Amino acid sequence: MISKPALAVKDLSVVFDDENNSIHALENISFNIHQQEFVCFLGPSGSGKTTLLRLIANLIKPTFGEVNFMFGHQPKIGMVFQQPNLMTWRTVLENIKLPLELENEDKDIANQKAKDMIELVGLKGFENSYPRDLSGGMAQRVGLSRGLIHDPDLLLLDEPFASLDALTRERMWTELSNIWQAKQKTVIMVTHSINESLFLADRVLVLTQRPGKIKLDMQVDLPRPRDEEIRYTSHFGKLAKKLRDAIE
Amino acid sequence: MPRPYEKIMKTSLSRLLGLLSILLFIPLWELIVRASDLPKFILPSPADVWTRFIKALNDGSLIYHTSITFIEVLLGLLLGTLFATIVGYMLAKSKTLEKILSPYLVASQAIPIVAIAPLLVIWLGDGILSKVVICALIVFFPVLINTIVGVRAVSAPLYDLMNSLRANRFQILFKLEIPASLPVLLGGLRIGATLSVIGAIVGELVDAEQGLGFLLQLGDFQYDTSMVFVAVFMLIVLALLLYGIVTLLERRFLKWMK
Repeated sequence: MISKPALAVKDLSVVFDDENNSIHALENISFNIHQQEFVCFLGPSGSGKTTLLRLIANLIKPTFGEVNFMFGHQPKIGMVFQQPNLMTWRTVLENIKLPLELENEDKDIANQKAKDMIELVGLKGFENSYPRDLSGGMAQRVGLSRGLIHDPDLLLLDEPFASLDALTRERMWTELSNIWQAKQKTVIMVTHSINESLFLADRVLVLTQRPGKIKLDMQVDLPRPRDEEIRYTSHFGKLAKKLRDAIE
Repeated sequence: MPRPYEKIMKTSLSRLLGLLSILLFIPLWELIVRASDLPKFILPSPADVWTRFIKALNDGSLIYHTSITFIEVLLGLLLGTLFATIVGYMLAKSKTLEKILSPYLVASQAIPIVAIAPLLVIWLGDGILSKVVICALIVFFPVLINTIVGVRAVSAPLYDLMNSLRANRFQILFKLEIPASLPVLLGGLRIGATLSVIGAIVGELVDAEQGLGFLLQLGDFQYDTSMVFVAVFMLIVLALLLYGIVTLLERRFLKWMK
């Protein structure tokens, strides 16, 4: 299962300078992630989880330390946000194919790929709907599709299911889990839900309160594919307890 | 959501009401003329205005002067909008530039266009050019403000999305900033379109040999009050036409808002 390294983060620190005080968001973070690994960062709000993701996406620069990618090329990134973050003026199909447009992909190929993706996430019939006509769950499916459409090397998920209701959220876990099994992507997900991290990840890293440090690095040795039932097993409970204890 | 035929019924009904109010306006006008018994050069009757309209239409003068004003209004609107969106975009992107330029921009708004119109006519002559520039100036500010507001309102997470996909500046401009700010931008254009008509008339009233403003003044000097009425109606038609064009643009580009 464990394959080539994907990225190495070394001695990463981030300090945000406000007008009169500076906020130490992350302190001395180091970790490695392997290709095709599903890694979750778990932590309370204010632990710098999102900051970490933004660093990896190269949206901000670290104060100290570095992020090194080992894909042999500048990695393609797919990002899914807390809110669906869709373009209101684009239809579902147009939103999903945006990353392909930016790569100047052939129009017919882009349309076909987007249609296949729509089928995969169960949005058939909504190709030409606008975001305002979608439910929260549907909109987040579009966000997820957009994150995957261009076949990224690295999928970054920033609490993508936090704004959904509990039932939809659990259905989305299963869907994401299935998609991940099929596509074998390297995934880094940020969450504050213990259940979510255990259900989805190969490995969970727990961050402390600000300044965020890595408190625990735990392999999730639950069998795959995982279904709803797994959450009621004793091993799941044991792992959940371990994570719960690590979070202050 | 109303079913299609209900929708059609509703729109045709509202159109009918609009037509009805216009149809009622004319007899009312006629009534006032007869009751007040004012001379024709003070208040002409609808029939007088209609006769004058047909006459001006037949001798070609009406179409000539209207098209001159239309060209001034349109060119001024395009020129003003073009500059306003370019400057507005730069100001939206740079706080420093905004701080440097904003005193001038605010000061320029404190001067009524009527006050500088004579200057522009002196500098640029009494032809079309001076009117186009006056139109452009009057259009500039509202479009500028709307551009700044529109571009600043583009959501930060969408910039994150574009940057995470390593979009270049052009892609961010054309695929994010322009479509995202288009509703506000077209709102500015809507205001600009009506202001542009005012600009052209102000310019023509200062000094001109052609255009509806010239026709208006000519009618005034010659006590041809019916002619003044015809010119005013043509101005209304012009303003409605421009308003209609902007509405069409909105329908075409803002389908998703319906």
